[in-house]
Amino acid sequence: MNQQELQALRLMIGSHKRWDYLFGVLGIIALMIALMTFVALFADMAIHGLGRINVDFLTSFPSRRAANAGILSAWVGSVLVMLVTATAAVPLGVAAGVYLEEYAPKNWMTDIIEINVSNLAGVPSIIYGLLALGLFVYTFGLGQSILTAGLTLALLILPVVIVATREAIRSIPQIIREGAYACGATTWQVVRDHIVPYSSAGILTGVIIGMARAIGETAPIITVGALTFIAFLPTAPFTGDPPAGLFDWLFAPFTVMPIQMFNWTSRPEAAFLDNAAAAGFILVLMTLTMNGLAIWLRYRLRKNIKW
Amino acid sequence: MKITKFAAVAALALGGLAVSGLVHADVPLVKIDGSSTVYPITEAVAEDYQKAKKNSVRVTVGISGTGGGFKKFCRGEIDISDASRPITKKEMDDCKAAGVEYMEFPVAYDALTVVIHPKNDWAKNMTVAELKAIWEPAAQGKITNWKQVNPAWPDRPLKLYGPGADSGTFEYFTEAINGKSKATRGDFTASEDDNVLVQGVSRDVGGLGYFGFAYFIENKDKLAAVSVAAAPGSPAVAPSIETVVNGTYQPLARPIFIYVNAKSADKPEVKEFIEYYFKHGEKLVKEVKYVPLPAKAYAYNLDHFTKRMKGTKFGGENKIGITIEALMKIEAK
Amino acid sequence: MNTYAATAGKLDRMSQPSERLQKDFTRHLKERVIEAMLFLAAFVSVFTTTAIVYILISESWVFFQHVPLTDFLFDTQWTPLFDDAHYGIMVLLSGTITSSLVAVLVAIPLGTIIAIYLSEFAPFAVREVAKPFLELLGGIPTIIYGYFALLFLTPLLQKIYPDLPGFNLLSAGIVMGIMIIPYVASLSEDAMRAVPMALREGSYAMGATRLQTALRVVVPSAISGIASAYILGISRAVGETMILAVAGGMQPNLTFNPAEPGATITSFIVQVALGDLPHGSIGYQTIFAAGLTLMLLTLAFNLIGYYMRKKYREAY
Repeated sequence: MNQQELQALRLMIGSHKRWDYLFGVLGIIALMIALMTFVALFADMAIHGLGRINVDFLTSFPSRRAANAGILSAWVGSVLVMLVTATAAVPLGVAAGVYLEEYAPKNWMTDIIEINVSNLAGVPSIIYGLLALGLFVYTFGLGQSILTAGLTLALLILPVVIVATREAIRSIPQIIREGAYACGATTWQVVRDHIVPYSSAGILTGVIIGMARAIGETAPIITVGALTFIAFLPTAPFTGDPPAGLFDWLFAPFTVMPIQMFNWTSRPEAAFLDNAAAAGFILVLMTLTMNGLAIWLRYRLRKNIKW
Repeated sequence: MKITKFAAVAALALGGLAVSGLVHADVPLVKIDGSSTVYPITEAVAEDYQKAKKNSVRVTVGISGTGGGFKKFCRGEIDISDASRPITKKEMDDCKAAGVEYMEFPVAYDALTVVIHPKNDWAKNMTVAELKAIWEPAAQGKITNWKQVNPAWPDRPLKLYGPGADSGTFEYFTEAINGKSKATRGDFTASEDDNVLVQGVSRDVGGLGYFGFAYFIENKDKLAAVSVAAAPGSPAVAPSIETVVNGTYQPLARPIFIYVNAKSADKPEVKEFIEYYFKHGEKLVKEVKYVPLPAKAYAYNLDHFTKRMKGTKFGGENKIGITIEALMKIEAK
Repeated sequence: MNTYAATAGKLDRMSQPSERLQKDFTRHLKERVIEAMLFLAAFVSVFTTTAIVYILISESWVFFQHVPLTDFLFDTQWTPLFDDAHYGIMVLLSGTITSSLVAVLVAIPLGTIIAIYLSEFAPFAVREVAKPFLELLGGIPTIIYGYFALLFLTPLLQKIYPDLPGFNLLSAGIVMGIMIIPYVASLSEDAMRAVPMALREGSYAMGATRLQTALRVVVPSAISGIASAYILGISRAVGETMILAVAGGMQPNLTFNPAEPGATITSFIVQVALGDLPHGSIGYQTIFAAGLTLMLLTLAFNLIGYYMRKKYREAY
């Protein structure tokens, strides 16, 4: 190679390295934009709401006097509804994803199911609310309860969980499956012992994103019958007189955090706006905790995968 | 290993649930739903009532909207419906078909307040005719300047703010000012959230908006209320508790209601709740910044309730400009 | 001699199935049962769609008795709740398309850049910290985003462009885009992470830089996952309700200019469903007709996306 070619080569390498560096900078800027928005939002809520947060706020029921109003029924309601949502959406979503990836034959029925799943992701949440009202509340007779709200939200986030599951499963190299089959495993054994454990990290991503959305939803929950003023908690199992059954709390009236916020932001008294900011702050903290748990799980699960 | 982990988590969860929640099962429950306008009043009553009964009775209140409230009411799912307008013909038919009989009670007046920016010193008094010229459908795209409405006013762009087309406030205002319910120009800034409208007008010297009295009172420092002259020649009246009660603030004062399921009224907890509502209504309505009916109106309601007088006085339609006195005189059908 | 005997013994054993398999002759049956249950789970999505379509169509049917289809498709005004009612769905569609377009223009470039950066460039610590924060962005309740757009972003934009009205689709769209970034970034990053190191190593061995490897090797391999992430994000933008209800203004306005207020199909549905209208009135029925239109639109979009993805998926 002569001097000229060498020179040209060095220039090219230099230019590539520059682009590489520039993209690194661009990446950081993009990340910063996203994170700065989050910080701005969070700081805004903290400034207006932090002063309002104390044990009283967390343990009082709503009231027409802003100073006495609290979020007890709201955050308990949110936690319980999220419990039902997770219990319904995760098994259903993972099962559906596994079916579509491992079992489904390549025929028109499978195509229909796949198109359906992506379509459902775009249905506005309030339509889920209207669907749930007709289906769960009236037809199935579950009433305006925590169970209905949880199932509605589970349907809402199902597409996200299914898509994330499928992508996670697709990323497992074929070799692993082939090795398992070669040892005489059935499809279910391959799924149970290899596919699900290895894809659980990706599945958790979908669950995290889905649950984070569900906890902040307002419109479908109002439609399904969440209340705005409720000054008591669902009866815990085995308490009360006569003792409440194990699942009585599922059928109790309830409210959730976003609805409480929604109501407070539209009240004329300025003090309620501070309450709403405080409630928003707590809600984001709750999401953070929920996400944090799942993220820690995902980190643990991902550590062992090396391919 | 997996199973024991799962069992541990499940046990923790159940234990946590057992610790939370300290109320008895099978407690009598009063279910209320409906308009978000009436909600603050009903919430105040529910809160005080529950405290007075030391939590031996539970009350829940929802805000599905007047329409949503009536739907549930006419299915017999709720005991009381909050309504910012009288029951419509269709809703009356639905209730009849389901065998639901009801009693109608006005609980307060809402003075629809027309607001302007505090620096607006030319439009402090307006007539209904001027408001109509601004808001009627024919004004769309054409009336965009204060001078066009009244030549005495300055040459300033006119910016309009109002509630959304699905709200009772909108329906009432359009009927009162434009003569036909829901007839309005389309080019105004609409919002469901009256706080947003407050923001809009308070930031715009040429702004004009309308919403409920409570939102004006809470933001008196940012806004000015327009005094409205009902007819050409009559004096312009500013909205206030007094002018609504004595019937001079017209036509923008409207009654808001609750409807009680006749069968539910036989339940002791509902009966007591309604009696509490009317006994303490005047005080609580004032607290949440609505216009209370005069004391004798609440007494009349109580009497009406005890006698279980059913039906509606409005025949399925809204009546504009009805004073409290007149309201009490109409026979229910 | 010994070896022969040993091998013969082994052969003998191999010709008989193991005892465990012999006992478990229901193995095949169990497999089929499990497969059936998983199929049912997958079928729930079809069932949901059917239920939604049934509700939408049955209620819209009543609507279309009153309003001719041509009016619905071609009228240029949407004022179903006014006295002089017009039912032109194009007005709401224009709002939906404009705001979604703005959101997508924000979310896809930013999201992809972030995903590539996190997957190929960022050090481990940065990635493990940034990813959870990104996912948190998706967890902020949409009402908060709505008020953020209305009270913070719009005044900010008004400093740059003073004629911007207080309610506009641009702020709402930008904030929607930021809300969708986690969908695009996190799912794309998962897809890219799953590309085997061997492919990357081969590229590096040829002297490629990280950017070149990312763009020419990783992204094409992960394109199926990335496309799924995009489609999910776009669907989310089209279906978003609260942000637009709060910050976009609810004024139905036939425009493709984001610097104007507008109503979208979703914000209209929420407004009416939770408002004071009597249920069963024609004003109320409009939400089902609007919802049906939205569903058909997303279906068409998904069909196109699906067939394109099928063509370009890479297997390794």
